[in-house]
Amino acid sequence: MISLAKMPAGESGAIRTVGGDGVFRRRLLDMGLTPNTIVLVRKKAPLGDPIEIFLRGYELTLRAEEAARIMVDEVIK
Amino acid sequence: MSLRFALVGNQNCGKTTLFNSLTGSNQHVGNFPGVTVQMKEGVLSKNKDITCIDLPGIYSLSPYSNEEIVTRDLLLYDKPDVIINVVDVTSIERSLYLTLQCIELHIPMIVALNMMDELTASGGTVDVKALEDALTVPVVAISAVKGEGVHELMTRAMEVARTRQLPSRYDFCTGAVHVAVHAVAHLVEAKAEEKKLPLRFIATKLVEGDNIEGLELSPNEKDIINHFTEEMEHALDTDKEAALADMRYSYIDGLYKKAVHKPIHTDAQLRSLEIDNILTHKYFALPIFVAIMTTIFWLTFDVIGNNLSACFEKFLNLLTVSIANTLTALKVSEGLQSLIVDGICNGITSVLCFLPTILILFLFLSILEDSGYMARVAFVLDKALRKVGLSGASFIPMLIGFGCSVPAIMATRTLASEQDRKLTIVLTPFMSCSAKLPVYGIFIAALFPNNGGLIMTSIYLLGISVAILSGILLRHTVFHGKPVPFLMELPAYRIPTARNVALNIWSKAKDFLYRAFTIIFLASMLIWFLQNFNTHFFMVENAEESILAMIGKYLTPLFAPLGFGNWQASTALVTGLSAKEIIISTLSVLTNSTQGIPNLTTLFPTTASAYSFLVFCLLYPPCFAALTTIKKELNSWSAMLAILTYQLVVAWAVAFVIFKIVG
Repeated sequence: MISLAKMPAGESGAIRTVGGDGVFRRRLLDMGLTPNTIVLVRKKAPLGDPIEIFLRGYELTLRAEEAARIMVDEVIK
Repeated sequence: MSLRFALVGNQNCGKTTLFNSLTGSNQHVGNFPGVTVQMKEGVLSKNKDITCIDLPGIYSLSPYSNEEIVTRDLLLYDKPDVIINVVDVTSIERSLYLTLQCIELHIPMIVALNMMDELTASGGTVDVKALEDALTVPVVAISAVKGEGVHELMTRAMEVARTRQLPSRYDFCTGAVHVAVHAVAHLVEAKAEEKKLPLRFIATKLVEGDNIEGLELSPNEKDIINHFTEEMEHALDTDKEAALADMRYSYIDGLYKKAVHKPIHTDAQLRSLEIDNILTHKYFALPIFVAIMTTIFWLTFDVIGNNLSACFEKFLNLLTVSIANTLTALKVSEGLQSLIVDGICNGITSVLCFLPTILILFLFLSILEDSGYMARVAFVLDKALRKVGLSGASFIPMLIGFGCSVPAIMATRTLASEQDRKLTIVLTPFMSCSAKLPVYGIFIAALFPNNGGLIMTSIYLLGISVAILSGILLRHTVFHGKPVPFLMELPAYRIPTARNVALNIWSKAKDFLYRAFTIIFLASMLIWFLQNFNTHFFMVENAEESILAMIGKYLTPLFAPLGFGNWQASTALVTGLSAKEIIISTLSVLTNSTQGIPNLTTLFPTTASAYSFLVFCLLYPPCFAALTTIKKELNSWSAMLAILTYQLVVAWAVAFVIFKIVG
């Protein structure tokens, strides 16, 4: 199990836990980052942060700081 | 019978496109008491009895951002007759999350499956019947851009309104969540009925941990709800927020497998990925962004806008001359002639001739916004903006600030963090708005004819630099606190529709014309009066004896250290508070010039003094319209006055330093 922030671009993982606090965590859940959801790390922004991820048919961007609190199991291709 | 339809949906789901195609130009920004979020309303072009409300784009009915709270409250307490839930079928899973919450509201509802054409073109299908059976509300596939299915959608919506057809199913949960929601529903049933609130929605939200203000629960009831919730958390070995989100998404996943067949990416999404390979490329992204912005500003302020404005100005001057001739022919008294020609016509002309430039700027900004590029800009620049204490999302309002501070300040409503929002509001006026453009333009033409481009660029860059330094300064003093997370959807690139862009520009033009013929009209008359009469209300021969000159002279010593210690300049800065364009009309009236172009060489003997004046214009407080917007958005007079003071101090200090350096 690794954090979403550590996962290299181009790889996918299945969400295990979503950390963080309060309304922001709630927003992550609302946007579909629920346990077992498959997430692909698309790329990093040109300045290294934030990151772009792909899940449930759409592209989402969040900062590495928050991505570090989302734990995933790597999906073997 | 008049009906109200509310459009509810995610951001970028095509809600506004549908709204525009339904209402055409019969729309205006709605006036909802106590609401700071901009909502448009309009009557349907095909049925004047139906009012449509375009609610802000949201992802959930939880209290995350102002927009969600406003939408939730409007749906809860000010029930529309029908909810039209617009679902972007290309990201249907996430969209249905909001649908499930809307269904619980106990309001007649219909689902519009938008962008169906895009899905079909990529080989996808949706079993509409299966969706209708599962959701128990009518579902209509549409393409808002092409207008397909919109007629059927409205026919079905009318039917839903007529029969007051409610969703027959509210229960999407199983297991422990089901137990908790039902237990809470029993507990609050009587109170919800008494307060006329939708029971199912209330129960789910209470289990989720949200506060429902209108319900007035007793401490005892709150304890019992906590108990039910804790039991659920214990049984599921997770927390309540995750449990409820998981419950909704599990239901959606099941429905998705049954009713939707969709490739991983639609063709439009694949195209977007390819475009992003370039536009958000590691090395190309920033140069491309700079190139795009430079091109837009060059086209707006140089190639297109300037020439259009020049033509328009010639036309307006001809109009003024013909009005003057008519008045002479009619033998109208000299005083009234002076009021109409020198006061009103000159005042309005000097402002109105910038209409083309401003509209061109908004044309480009609305194309950037509608195409999806603005979200990429936020993605690319977030890290840099964070250094200044802002987030990538703050970039969009600040970019709009180059057009006009009023919509820019209103656009800060999309920011989830109150702190980011306040800081963005403080900094946005430093982005030189298009109303200041006439001031720079006239000064450059008169005093810096050979290096206009350099002066213009330096002014814009100075504004940006002051904003950056202010951001760092304020983040370390007033707004110190944890930076708030950044979360934003990157929608697929789409070609902006001509209708959306045209309606956007039309609303800006209407706004501008309204201002020109109200505020600026009155201000022109007032200034004419103040400069033609003395304190005994006698008409003066020489403007220097007028009331206006008195006010200006009183303030002159304040501006002397900045290099423009003359009463005309200080008077123009005072009148400029009503609208920045007025600075030019005031100067032209006060220097007895003709055709709206002031005689500047006498007022600003050195280039340093003229440049210092421009710097002060750039940084000093924005117009009354922007100030009142700031007051409205922050809902505080003291915050607005603090911002005003800050801007005055910064403007004076920077102009002083620059005058000393350049001089």
